[in-house]
Amino acid sequence: MTVLLFTIIVLVGAFLAGLLGSLTGLGGGVIIIPLLTLGLGVDIHYAIGASIISVIATSSGSAAAYVKEGITNVRIGMFLEIATTLSAIVGVIIATYIKADYIIVIFGLILLFSAFMMLKKKIDHSNNEKTSVLANYFKLNGSYPTEDGMKQYAVHHVVGGFAMMFVAGTLSGLLGIGSGALKVIGMDNIMKIPFKVSTTTSNFMIGVTAAASALVYLHKGQIDPAIAMPVTLGVITGATLGAKILIRTKTDKLKVIFAIVVTFLALQMIYKGLTGSI
Amino acid sequence: MSKQIKHYLGDKDVQVILGTLLRVGVIVSTAVVLLGGIIFLSTHNNQKVSFSDFKPEESKFSSVAEILGGLKTLDGLAIIQFGVLLLIFTPIARVVFSIFSFLMEKDYMYVLIGIIVLCVIITSLYLDVAH
Repeated sequence: MTVLLFTIIVLVGAFLAGLLGSLTGLGGGVIIIPLLTLGLGVDIHYAIGASIISVIATSSGSAAAYVKEGITNVRIGMFLEIATTLSAIVGVIIATYIKADYIIVIFGLILLFSAFMMLKKKIDHSNNEKTSVLANYFKLNGSYPTEDGMKQYAVHHVVGGFAMMFVAGTLSGLLGIGSGALKVIGMDNIMKIPFKVSTTTSNFMIGVTAAASALVYLHKGQIDPAIAMPVTLGVITGATLGAKILIRTKTDKLKVIFAIVVTFLALQMIYKGLTGSI
Repeated sequence: MSKQIKHYLGDKDVQVILGTLLRVGVIVSTAVVLLGGIIFLSTHNNQKVSFSDFKPEESKFSSVAEILGGLKTLDGLAIIQFGVLLLIFTPIARVVFSIFSFLMEKDYMYVLIGIIVLCVIITSLYLDVAH
């Protein structure tokens, strides 16, 4: 394949990945990897390197839109980033020592899980019972603007949430993804942070976490500029367009169709990983 | 209550600056990647590529020093990689910015937490994992 043809195919694919990722909330990374590996026969190491760059691009791109609404809890984000950045580096180191086939299987499983989480109805567990000693000590409780004025919320189960972020960070480093689905479980279900705050705060953390692993991947030679170029350009344009469409479109049906496609890709990744045929 | 509103407005200013910082970071890095891409394609468009085997020893621009060195010769791939590096540094700039805003609020616990996060990231910059 010539450089030009490869660039055009990846550019179109990354554009669609960015578009669908932002419309469905699944993010770009989880689609870039199957596109490159299953679709174009790119080695998983390069696919992971390109994917982590697309994660940073989507995170920073959408964060620019989010922060204006003023609901990111920078303290929660910064506090949990201790866990996610440390574990991301652990993840990258683990990736150096385990067989690529296992990484592909783990990726497939996370992809299945993400598809399931995308369809699952989210329940807001937030309340204002300031019972957690650690949340008080680390000043994690906060407030956000609603139509009826400022609404206070309390953060719960700080240790459990921190542990969950350690898992999310490890997988992010290992697989080159944002681990958005796991961060949502940590923040919404365990720490009981309201959606409006958890979505933007998790996005903040995804970018910082991915930056830590991206630097290690760069040194390992996994970020190839010839792949990173069309991936970055495609994902950013796709995600920007997606964010604009999202405001005035219902995405329920799209999510179902997309979940089916993602499930199919996930099973294929798992099969190829297990049979070593990738 | 009035104090709370004032505090929120103060935060809001910080948020607006942050939003601008992120947007500028993304736009500048995208533009650099695009520029490098055009140079690379105009000189290599018919070259054959294959990424089916991972060959880390062949990667030319896998450290900050190599990327900056490649920029001097206007190598398309080095320019792309420089854009990628700017993209990686965008969220890191956000952490640095947050540390300063905690410092202004005299919240020293979070200045410390921010510095810890920054140290982890800096470690990753110097971490050399065996290929």
